[in-house]
Formats: sequence, structure tokens, C-alpha cells
Amino acid sequence: MIRVILPQHLRTLANVTEREVLVDVARPVTVKSILDAIENNFPVLRGTIRDHGTLKHRPMLRFFACEEDLTHDSPDKALPEKIATGAEPFFIVGAIAGG
Amino acid sequence: MSSVRVLVGTRKGAFVLNSDGKRDNWDVSGPFFGGWEIYHVKGSPVDPNRIYVSQTSGWFGQIIQRSNDGGKTWEVPGGAPPPGPGGMPAGQSNKFAYDISAQTGKPLTTHQWYDGTQHPWEFKRVWHIEPSVDNPDTIYAGVEDAAMFRSTDGGNTWHELAGLRATQGDKWSPGAGGMGLHTILIDPNNPKRMFIAISAAGAFRTDDGGNNWKPITKGLNSNFLPNPTAEIGHCVHRIAMHKDKPNTLYMQKHWDVMRTDDAGENWHEISGNLPTDFGFPIDVHAHEPETIYVVPIKSDGEHYPPEGKLRVYRSRTGGNQWEPLTNGLPQKDCYVNILRDAMSVDSLEDCGIYFGTTGGQVYCSPDGGDNWKAIVHDLPAVLSVEVQTLK
Repeated sequence: MIRVILPQHLRTLANVTEREVLVDVARPVTVKSILDAIENNFPVLRGTIRDHGTLKHRPMLRFFACEEDLTHDSPDKALPEKIATGAEPFFIVGAIAGG
Repeated sequence: MSSVRVLVGTRKGAFVLNSDGKRDNWDVSGPFFGGWEIYHVKGSPVDPNRIYVSQTSGWFGQIIQRSNDGGKTWEVPGGAPPPGPGGMPAGQSNKFAYDISAQTGKPLTTHQWYDGTQHPWEFKRVWHIEPSVDNPDTIYAGVEDAAMFRSTDGGNTWHELAGLRATQGDKWSPGAGGMGLHTILIDPNNPKRMFIAISAAGAFRTDDGGNNWKPITKGLNSNFLPNPTAEIGHCVHRIAMHKDKPNTLYMQKHWDVMRTDDAGENWHEISGNLPTDFGFPIDVHAHEPETIYVVPIKSDGEHYPPEGKLRVYRSRTGGNQWEPLTNGLPQKDCYVNILRDAMSVDSLEDCGIYFGTTGGQVYCSPDGGDNWKAIVHDLPAVLSVEVQTLK
């Protein structure tokens, strides 16, 4: 299972109480396949992480994993093995803005 | 005994304020959707317990929330997985896609930017929700970048009425707050006739339920335009209607307070003796179609009351003759603004007038404006105020 850490507002929206959610993703595990799984498990989140139509990620969200910034990588690029095995979580993070 | 429910949208959540018909003691609930910008909260006139919310965020986009119990509980229409086995729901409820289909849509053009160049058209948020006058599942949404959407299934799915955007949309430009469609008025006697307003495009009317639209700006004069009397480009801040006189509309424009008596075909100025005719909201007394309210703001560059005095101005003559209403409102050192969707009226016998400020106060006058009292003092900046009169 893939471990995904959602921002607080999306956890509230999805009615998730735990900081971390688990999703089942077939290999190869990619940003796109993780987001597909998140949106399938939590349809209310469709449109909140990436645009409904273009599927581009929202400009004020970032994706981190294994201490790397994956935000601007291809969404089809295979993620590190530690993400695929669940050893490390995949972070969806709201960009810092404001004081 | 009748009661009132005030629906407040703020920069950091929604609040529901309840009182009996005396409107003296209030119960405050919220914040709902804490941390999100709540542009608008409005109930259905057919079923007051059906309430819709525009919940929006620069990070996470647009969410529509719906309540079927008067705001006690909320759901995202179509957002929950269906019970038992089967496919996942479409999850369309927050999807506002401009209609560019060959069958019903219009090409997605550019629009004018602040500097006069052309700019891509992009959905940003829902500014205003207007439930229909005859069906709680039919609702309209005014969005930024400006367009009008309709849902006929309680907010599960939305479809753009693209004919509006095709009405010289390439000439529309954003106001300071963005290019939002912020006003939707439905003629209660003829729901196919609707009026909308956009900053800074102007005012438009449809007579066929939203398929075709025409600008209704004759008589408007805006000095910031190359041609001050152009058909398109006026920064209309708000329009108000009384249900008994739907052909008479009142408008607070970027500057000027205006009136039409022929459904927008011709407008004339009614600013009269106002200390300044810049402002955002305008509303009409529930039982007196010629009694109207505005809140003058110093100027387009100084969005606060003149002289630091928060004054609502009332005209009992349909404009031109105005009187300041100050009893209970701060008359020194007040520098808040009142945004365009942040004024409303109830329909109790002594019509109540309500408005919210960017300083987080929501004021109520239970006697048509003569006396005011703050219901709450310290909410986040208020974006919208709507009132439901409950029997």
C-alpha cells in the first residue's frame, strides 16, 4: 500500500481523521497513479489537487517524497522504490504563502 | 413566531446567525469550512432548509457544499462514494468547465486584461450562487473568469450557459477583485428573464432562460473607458430588484447609483445628495419598492467610509433624495468596507436590514434602518450576507 500524507484541509474535506491515508496502486507507481487512486477513493477531492480538465496539478500544491521535490517531474515518472513499498510516504503539501 | 437566519460568508469560513423575529438575541454557529474563503451562502426560496455554499481556496480550488437541514449538516453534492459495490461517482460536483462543445458551447476566447491586451480565460472560483425561484435543485452560479453555470440536479453537475460569454466576451476585463460574475437576479414573474452583472463588463439580460443575452447598459457613463458610454466595459458593482416591480432595477456602479424602469433598456442616475456615489452593495426594502439602501465609500482608491463614519444611506423616493442612517453605527475612526454581496434584507413586517464589513462586524437594523446593532463584532472579513425569513 502507498502511504499518502494529505494537507489538513483536504483531510477535512475527505472526512479523514488520520494524517496518512493508504491507497492501493499497481506498479509502476507514479504521481499520476497515486493521484488517480486518491481521487477514486475520495471523489470529493477531484479537482482539488489537479485541475478537472487538464489534470495539471494546482499551482500552489507540491509533491515531495524521500526528501525530494517531485512537483515538476513528469507525472508518469516511476517513483522511488521506498514509495512503492510503503517504506516512505508520499507528501501532498500546500505551498507556503503569506506570513 | 417568525424567525430569521443570517448566512454569512467570510475569508475564513461560514457562519450562521439565528434569531427570533425580535432580532435582538442571536445564536452564532460556525465557523463551517474553517480556513476556506466562503464567497457566498444562499438558501432556496422554495425550500429554506436547502442551502448552497461556495467554498474556495487558492490552494485547492472550488468546492460546492449543500445542506438539506438549514445548515446543521453539509455535504459535497455527488462527492461521496455510493453505498455498496459498484463504480465510483462521477465526482463532477465541483467541476466548472466552460462549454466549448459544438452543440451548446462557444469557443473559449481571450478577454481584455487590465492593460488592454488579451488574456486567457480561466476558471477561478464561484462568486455568487442563486437558487431558482421554483425548484430547489435548480441553481445558478456566477463565476470568475466571468460566466454563468446552471445545475438542475442540486449541484451534482454544472453546465455553462455559454451564450453569455459570447456576448462580446473578448471586450470584458477584470475589476480590482477579478473578472467575476457577482449578481444574478431572476424575475419572479418570469423566471426565463434574468439579469446579471460582471466587473468590469457591465450588465446583461436574458429573456429565454440563459441561451441568449444582451447588454443592458444604455445610460451608463464610465470615465475610465475610452468611450465612456460604450456598450461593454462598465464596472457594475451590484444590481437590486424588488419582487413586486421586477422591471425596476437599482444599480451601484463603480461610480454612480443608477435606476432603470424598463428592465435595463435605459438607465438614469439617482445619486442625488449622496456624499459620494462610489460603493458596492445596494438593496431594496422588502415591502417598499421605492425604498433603497447604499453604503457610500470614499472613492475607488480609498475603500472606506468618508470621514471615518459608517453611514447607510436610505432613499424613500427611489433615489435622488437620500438620508444618512447612523444610529448604532460607528461615527468615528471607522475604515471598513462593505463588499457587494454583503447586504441583505429580511421580509418581516418591520423589514430588517443587514450588512457585513471587512472588519468582521455584521450589523442588523430591525426597523428598516433607523437603529442598528452589531450581531457579531469579530468575524473574519465578511464577503457575503444573506437572510432567510423563516415562518
